[in-house]
Amino acid sequence: MARFSAENEAVAREIVARYPVTKSATIPLCHLAQQQDGHLTTEAMAHVAELVGATEAEILGTASFYEMFRRHEVGTYCINVCTSISCFLRGSDELLEHAEETLGVKAGGTTDDGLFTLEGWECIAACTAAPALQVNYRYLHDVTPESFDTLVDDLRAGRRGDDIPPHGTLGRVRQQIPAQRVCGPADPARNVEPGWLGAAVPALDDGGRATPKPPPPPTDDKGAVS
Amino acid sequence: MITDAKPIVSTRFGLDDGHTLERYLATGGYEGLRAALRQAPADVVGQVKGASLLGRGGAGFPAGVKWGFCPPGKFPRYLVVNGDESEPGTYKDRMLMERDPHQLIEGVLIACYAVGCAQAFLYVRGEMAHAQERIAAALNEAYAAGYVGRDILGTGFSVDVILHMGAGAYIVGEETALIESLEGNRGMPRLKPPFFPAAIGLYGQPTIVNNVETLSNLPWIMVNGGHAFAAMGAESSRGMRLFAVSGHVRKPGIFEVEFGVTTYRDLIYSPLYGGGISGAHDLKAFIPGGASAPWFYEEHLDLALEAGAVGKAGSMLGSGAVVVMDETTDVVRAAHRLVRFFARESCGKCTPCREGTSWLEKILARIIDGNGRPADVEVLMDVCDNISPGISWPPRQTTICPLGPSAVSPIASAVLRFRDEFEAYVGGAFESKVVVKGAAYGEAPRIPIAATTGGA
Repeated sequence: MARFSAENEAVAREIVARYPVTKSATIPLCHLAQQQDGHLTTEAMAHVAELVGATEAEILGTASFYEMFRRHEVGTYCINVCTSISCFLRGSDELLEHAEETLGVKAGGTTDDGLFTLEGWECIAACTAAPALQVNYRYLHDVTPESFDTLVDDLRAGRRGDDIPPHGTLGRVRQQIPAQRVCGPADPARNVEPGWLGAAVPALDDGGRATPKPPPPPTDDKGAVS
Repeated sequence: MITDAKPIVSTRFGLDDGHTLERYLATGGYEGLRAALRQAPADVVGQVKGASLLGRGGAGFPAGVKWGFCPPGKFPRYLVVNGDESEPGTYKDRMLMERDPHQLIEGVLIACYAVGCAQAFLYVRGEMAHAQERIAAALNEAYAAGYVGRDILGTGFSVDVILHMGAGAYIVGEETALIESLEGNRGMPRLKPPFFPAAIGLYGQPTIVNNVETLSNLPWIMVNGGHAFAAMGAESSRGMRLFAVSGHVRKPGIFEVEFGVTTYRDLIYSPLYGGGISGAHDLKAFIPGGASAPWFYEEHLDLALEAGAVGKAGSMLGSGAVVVMDETTDVVRAAHRLVRFFARESCGKCTPCREGTSWLEKILARIIDGNGRPADVEVLMDVCDNISPGISWPPRQTTICPLGPSAVSPIASAVLRFRDEFEAYVGGAFESKVVVKGAAYGEAPRIPIAATTGGA
């Protein structure tokens, strides 16, 4: 339990194979584990360690640095209310208070039914739609007390399943590199100059589908950095 | 000055399907890559140098010059895309990744061709699930269509572009911390020198770290020429640039404006952009370039968005985030909110930042709670002086990276300009012997300055 399922292990191996040094796959694999279990378990970290060739302590050392990795159970829906400057100026603190009342938990807490974890969060890059929040890293913009309550009602009633997956799932589309197109990881130990780099002639000769622009002027007299 | 210069990177923001390969190709997509591949790599570097494209991440270093720092003969080289946008107020790279992922991918390919990078890693902030989805889908399309991967367009140019995601850490936006994170470690910055990424970066190899907006400009530059890009803007700041205007304005939004000539007044007050202060209020202060920047005021409104001019005035364009505070803003609480961010996001590597930012946050919280004393304000300034001696601009630092000094900006701004608000909180006058030399702080110094030596 809580190691990767066979299916996820296959995904994990595919991810690891993309990196020249396997430990680079640590964060993506911890996300995959969190997607599987809802939070990051000790057993999953042990499996990540095996797959990337690191010790369990090294994986914990990395994972514990990043706030998205939850090493204990959290709600199915993590609601992160942004309280950074732009949202603060437009009422985020009042929104967070309203959220506490609606959910019946203080920021940092999880509702008894295990459905919601509420937190005040730092900037989520939605500053021009403030106040904003994320539910499992999906946005709600220009939040009002009413739109917050509607969101909570919808989540409770299971009406947002299509666009808000349970906690742990990030992008639902995965990168997939077709075998016939992949170059493979660039090994840092092999000092090989790429073939195209030293070429004095253009790589592409497509009959001048578009007219190439003339070369840049030799000097820039406008005081620009060159 | 508002000009009629046409946008470069935001042309597909309004399209519902601007993120698809089909729409991208129908609107000129991947023509920049073709144009690049018709030239030798060195000539592509020349075009970008000629464009005078400043990095759009925060530090504002010329992209073409940065590319030239890779030592010859040392391979493989890597390209790392910094998509870890997290600076409070900043909100542009996420739009570029969600709305126009192919434009970014095309920029990545052009950079890899020019520099000779054998593999690229596109590091997207962990919290940006939608951007990750859009980029994954775009990469899948681009691989299938022959734009990414082995033997691109039949030219022998081959590069993999790997989508990587973070997991919630502002500090990872610092390029050496980003590399640490990409290596699977805690995201703590490395000492420069020796760890300049172009020389010793990812896996110890030459590595170019470029911001999302920087790379998104490359397709246009390749199609239209570096000189066309450099023909827009002024002084050191060429081309177009995205600014996010948030806070107390009528029309918060992201605007692509001509760099170097558009002013803060245009951005905040023009009906085309911010539309003026919301409600019937006046401007109190604004943050001109993200949470790390010293604040500007009424007297700075007519400054052009030009890196040199803003720097001389004592602040920075930073990440292109303008946060507007109206006269009703409680600056003590605003300063606390900004400092709390840096205290939470300090990685803990350097003592002045780890201890300093958290003490700044605690002292401000105590003041706001009504338990502050006049001497507390002096302590705030003293801690700031320990993190960034002389409180100058550009800031000196006692730390490996600029995160610590960033926490000094809001405090010095608020304390020096709005002394009376602090006095109201702490119930009396205070005095500080800390020497302050930042131009943005110096416009109205209200703290008696005991000495005038020191600083940068």
